[in-house]
Amino acid sequence: MTDIYQDQTGQAIEKQFTISILTEDKPGLLNTVTIVFTRRKLNIDMINVSASEVQGVSRYTIVLTTTRDQVEKVVKQIRKHVDVLGAFVYEEEDIHYQEIALYKVPTEIFVGSTEVEQIVRANNARILVIEKEYIVIEKTGHKHETSALFEKLKKYGVLEFVRSGRVSISKSKRKTEHYLEELERSTTHSLNNNGTII
Amino acid sequence: MAQMETLQKSSTGNIKKKMRISGSEALILSLLEEGVDTVFGYPGGAIMPIYDALYGYQDKLRHLLVRHEQGAAHAAQGYARVTGRVGVCFATSGPGATNLITGIADAQIDSTPIVCITGQVPAHLLGTDAFQESDVLGISMPITKWNFQVTKPEEIPTAIARAFYIARTGRPGPVLLDITKNAQFGELDYEYVPCEKIRSYHPYPIVNQEEIIEAASIINNAKKPYILAGHGVLISGAEKEVIALSEKANIPVASTLLGLSSFPPDHPNYVGYLGMHGNYAPNVLTNECDVLIAIGMRFDDRVTGNVNQYATKAKVIHIEIDPSEIDKIIKTEVGINADAKQALQVLIPKVEKASHTEWIEEFRKLEKIEYEKVVKGDVYPQSGEIKMGEVVRMLSEISKGEAIVVTDVGQHQMIASRYYKFRKPNHIVTSGGLGTMGFALPAAMGAQIGQINEKVIAIAGDGGIQMTIQELGTIFQYNIPVKIVVLNNDFLGMVRQWQQLFFEKRYSFTEMTNPDFIKIADGYGIPGKKVTKREELQDALQTMYDSDGPYFLEVKVEMEENVFPMVPSGESVSNIRLE
Repeated sequence: MTDIYQDQTGQAIEKQFTISILTEDKPGLLNTVTIVFTRRKLNIDMINVSASEVQGVSRYTIVLTTTRDQVEKVVKQIRKHVDVLGAFVYEEEDIHYQEIALYKVPTEIFVGSTEVEQIVRANNARILVIEKEYIVIEKTGHKHETSALFEKLKKYGVLEFVRSGRVSISKSKRKTEHYLEELERSTTHSLNNNGTII
Repeated sequence: MAQMETLQKSSTGNIKKKMRISGSEALILSLLEEGVDTVFGYPGGAIMPIYDALYGYQDKLRHLLVRHEQGAAHAAQGYARVTGRVGVCFATSGPGATNLITGIADAQIDSTPIVCITGQVPAHLLGTDAFQESDVLGISMPITKWNFQVTKPEEIPTAIARAFYIARTGRPGPVLLDITKNAQFGELDYEYVPCEKIRSYHPYPIVNQEEIIEAASIINNAKKPYILAGHGVLISGAEKEVIALSEKANIPVASTLLGLSSFPPDHPNYVGYLGMHGNYAPNVLTNECDVLIAIGMRFDDRVTGNVNQYATKAKVIHIEIDPSEIDKIIKTEVGINADAKQALQVLIPKVEKASHTEWIEEFRKLEKIEYEKVVKGDVYPQSGEIKMGEVVRMLSEISKGEAIVVTDVGQHQMIASRYYKFRKPNHIVTSGGLGTMGFALPAAMGAQIGQINEKVIAIAGDGGIQMTIQELGTIFQYNIPVKIVVLNNDFLGMVRQWQQLFFEKRYSFTEMTNPDFIKIADGYGIPGKKVTKREELQDALQTMYDSDGPYFLEVKVEMEENVFPMVPSGESVSNIRLE
């Protein structure tokens, strides 16, 4: 039987996955999460960590390219960590996501020609800052879009270019707060002091 | 401060009257609250305040001074494995803490509950490369179930409560608390509230009824069902349930290395021990069974051999408390993420009575082949040098299979696992997952302290014993009555065996020139004897076994003995070699 995660020779197909993780907001947790990837020599394509909508809870968005099998094992091992509240794997169609890029270019390239300005407009980018020496352009979009703008600006001389990690939102209707409440409730068994289930 | 709030939020319980005491004293009192009676440790600069507080509580909390911190970690493991309680060790910062690491890694992979307390430089010096500072949290992160740095005295009681709760619940494991010196010296208003819940941690998943029904249906339709009993059976105390399941549906049971002693060796359904040097029948017939019921085990590569040629005809039912183990190595038909005992209690009533005598007979046939080709010559040799197998067979007979056997790692470990008949649960203590040479002596020490009324026999090779031989000092100081058997072949035997079989006998650095072990034991005031002749062996083992205190017995065994059967690395369990 062939499945969508294998090619015709039965070789597992590598795809891009987005992992969304909720953890308690504590120092050291970023390390415990990333160490799971390090152990399997998996390279993280993008990572973003920030506070979630719930106080004291951090949200991680990690993008990596690997096989379905690997990503599922990794997520289970992340989920197992004591301070991890939840970890979920998504493929592109399961999420809405966005990235942001900033481009620092010399101010002079805007002078005497509208060429660069037109590129900025045509790419739905905007000017963030104008300084005497340089201008910062901002563009949100997926990687191929922010890269396309970079390619166009390159010949005018880009002084600095930076792209953020992905931020994503799942298409599920689950509310994070409800998920956490459920977690709180679902302590399945009580234990006596010796750790015996009662 | 945010961390502290979380810690406190996770605990409920009786509020006791607050006292103003030091962090160090709070640590000792918290340990007492957790029922700790023994600590294995080694003092040093950054943990001195804790040792000072301990001085005043020696009547309630026994401390054993080991000779190297690795010994403390292994002793705590030995203690935990035979008592089911959390083992505790103390070490100082820097080298003290890094010396614990091997033991912590061992405890992690073999699911052993220990709590390690390490001293740390004062909080204001963290990150400055202060004297004996090392990033113990960073180093221990991948090999602990949980770790935490305490930098304020008021964090101590909650950190201890959480540490013990995490170490002992669910799939047990090691926890490390790194406590800065200022937190030990500083004062707090002490009260102890045990931890009973952490919202992000769910150690005992609910048994899913649908999965149980599906599993029962598969078992009820099986022609050749087969149970593999792992360490989880012992940890969850499911020995009776495994027997009940096996008897009700007449299913053969094999044990993993760490599952040994979970199933009675003389039971008619017991078919032996799995793995690279396990028994012939249980390995070969893994590829004949149609339903594999794996209970509390993790399909280590030493058990599976080549995973693509493992259990090829079987539907796999995996009962396992750690969800990340399910489908990690072997794809399951039904994965039951639950405590083994709980799952089996629900499963057994749904399993129908059945008879599989012909199937069990297949095991017996292969067992006879193994007996003729391997076992007989190993345990009843007629001539030649002493064999490891006969030593273990005699030990098993002398102790009636009721001693706690602690092994080191290598050939003698496999021989001990094969030929000792473990008749009491939790009576084997061995380093399975990590394969830590030097484990036996300190772990035996800890096991003996944990079960002072049991006979504890440490079996080690000449290589492993020398990795932690300094613990003879601890055994001497506290007169710990461990019986130590060194099977000496003047080789790192297991590596030599591989060199013989797979590296054209190129014995690269496996030959050892050994000291006079009996003189060393004598130096530590431990009586001993060296046996070189078969006719002296029985009496020597008996003398050792009957002695009241510690005893060191060195047995010179055949130099180039090989352990068979053997599944060559990377091959299918079906290709197990008998010679």
